[in-house]
Amino acid sequence: MADSIFRKLRDGGEEGELAPALTIEETVASPFALDVSCYLLANLSSSILAGKSKSEGLVLVTFSRSPSFYLQFLKQKGIFVSSSSKWIRVLDCYTDPLGWIDQPSPGVITEGSSLIKLHKCVSDLKRLFSSIIEAGREMVGDGKTRFSVAIDSVNELLRHSSMPLVSGLLTDLRSHAQVSSLFWSLNTDLHQEKVTNALEYISTMKANLEPFCPSSDGKRNALENLFLVHQDFGKGRFHIRFKLRKGRVRVMSEEYHVDQTGINFSPISSVETIIAATKSLIPKVHFNLQLSEKERVEKEKVVLPFEHQDHGKSTEIYDGRRTLADGKTEATPLSSGELQADVVSSGKGGEIIYFRDSDDEHPDSDEDPDDDLDI
Amino acid sequence: MDRSVNLLDLALGLDEPSPLRGKVVLIEDCVETSGSFVLHQMMKRVLSPHSSDSLIFLAFARPFSHYDRVLRKLGCNLSTQKTNNRLVFVDMLMMKCSDNESGVAKLFREIQGTVGKLRSVTNSNITVMVDDMSLLEIAATNSNSDHVLDFLHYCHTLTSESNCSLVTLNHEDIYSSMERPAYLLQMVCLADIVIKAEPLASGLANDVHGQLTVVNKGMISSKSGKGSSRNKLQNFQFRIKENGIEYFYPGCSRN
Repeated sequence: MADSIFRKLRDGGEEGELAPALTIEETVASPFALDVSCYLLANLSSSILAGKSKSEGLVLVTFSRSPSFYLQFLKQKGIFVSSSSKWIRVLDCYTDPLGWIDQPSPGVITEGSSLIKLHKCVSDLKRLFSSIIEAGREMVGDGKTRFSVAIDSVNELLRHSSMPLVSGLLTDLRSHAQVSSLFWSLNTDLHQEKVTNALEYISTMKANLEPFCPSSDGKRNALENLFLVHQDFGKGRFHIRFKLRKGRVRVMSEEYHVDQTGINFSPISSVETIIAATKSLIPKVHFNLQLSEKERVEKEKVVLPFEHQDHGKSTEIYDGRRTLADGKTEATPLSSGELQADVVSSGKGGEIIYFRDSDDEHPDSDEDPDDDLDI
Repeated sequence: MDRSVNLLDLALGLDEPSPLRGKVVLIEDCVETSGSFVLHQMMKRVLSPHSSDSLIFLAFARPFSHYDRVLRKLGCNLSTQKTNNRLVFVDMLMMKCSDNESGVAKLFREIQGTVGKLRSVTNSNITVMVDDMSLLEIAATNSNSDHVLDFLHYCHTLTSESNCSLVTLNHEDIYSSMERPAYLLQMVCLADIVIKAEPLASGLANDVHGQLTVVNKGMISSKSGKGSSRNKLQNFQFRIKENGIEYFYPGCSRN
């Protein structure tokens, strides 16, 4: 199913339509959007090189990792990028996004200077847009040939610019005639819900990574979620939501598992995973909170003290005084915290009406309650 | 004793060669349980006589004499390491940083320069440690968390370009979750390894001083097939002794 996202990005949009756009959403407890981006990057690159894609080039805009990280990753996947590669351009917004460094440090790749361009001012989104289009046109020319755009993360963009401006940049990219498809990633725990929603509005596909035991408590417990995940860290559910043209929505899900080589997808396994996931919600304490099967059976066999035996009939204890049924006159039931009140009835002279503290208190409650146990 | 590998070392992957190279480690602690001991343990590991690694230490919290005293008890002489150029101790208590973006940018450029100088004489791992982030925020940015995050981002570029490690300590309970929920999360997201020091759920105890949870996120690596510590989450308890720390799983005898 992750393949289906890749195919949609590879095939691009139709003439006259905005380019398909994908948001990859991760959380603090499932921080694997980078792995998904790398997966898509590798697949898109292979299809571009094989001539099977609608786009003939790829512009990679890096914010959260260095360009060399991605080039190294592609090399591991058998895709070699050299300074003469005409199908990829990298816009480096990672190394010096705010212009703090006067000169490039010795570690920065200097080979293939047209391959990797340093972008120093990430808060100027107009300039960023022009740089992306310029990089794309360097590869495919000014005509009708198209290129794809991959932005590794919009978290940094959203830190330096407002949501409407970022939204504007992404929409401008989608609207450009030469952009064939576009994807970006976002950590939903770092931003308000309105930001996530706004980005979902401008995408045609949304993929989100969810750990096996998600919390329903919201963002404030994102840190706690991370520590609760325990042995399931690195695994979870991958949900994809496609927005079809006519307005229908198609949702698909599968499981993901992350290891040294990257992210792997598999169909959803049986219910056992849900049970295993629920078990990990038990807090970590040094005593056993759960019952074993044997303990459960034994528990069910225990005969409870008779007021909880649940026969269906009310229990009455004769104690020599009037019964409960007689004691309850038209007086309305009192709340349990009320003090007993001695009320002298006006008409009869000398009658004491006693209101007990709680309605269900037994008449013999002042005696030793253990006397009732039938052990 | 130095060569023995304890639970914290295993959780950090210190049984593999150069495990922290290029990685960002975040130590989170709280009022009830200080995480400084983790920082001291890592200092001791970096400056161990069995390695040739270097350490750049940005001290915002305490003066050199404090760390010297603590590390001496752990068997490490910081003065000697300073003389050998294995330790660059930057006493930020003495330095005055201007409190705007240019101040923290200047601080970064100084660190970058120091890393460059060390890199020219050694190929071993260089670790940059910050004690601690909340005081850096006050001293260097006039409580502007955006500038702190920018600083951390640039330090992250150092880890990937100069192959250094970055270790920071932050207090998780001094930020109101209503005002800046994302600030702490940003730091957690940036880190490859998060070590959380917290008290036991059952409260104070004489023989167990707290628990550590280590999340090792790792990254896609070229070391395929190796039993690496990617995506591991481990929890164990600790006891602070006079000359070291003991780590053990709950309910197990200490080793």
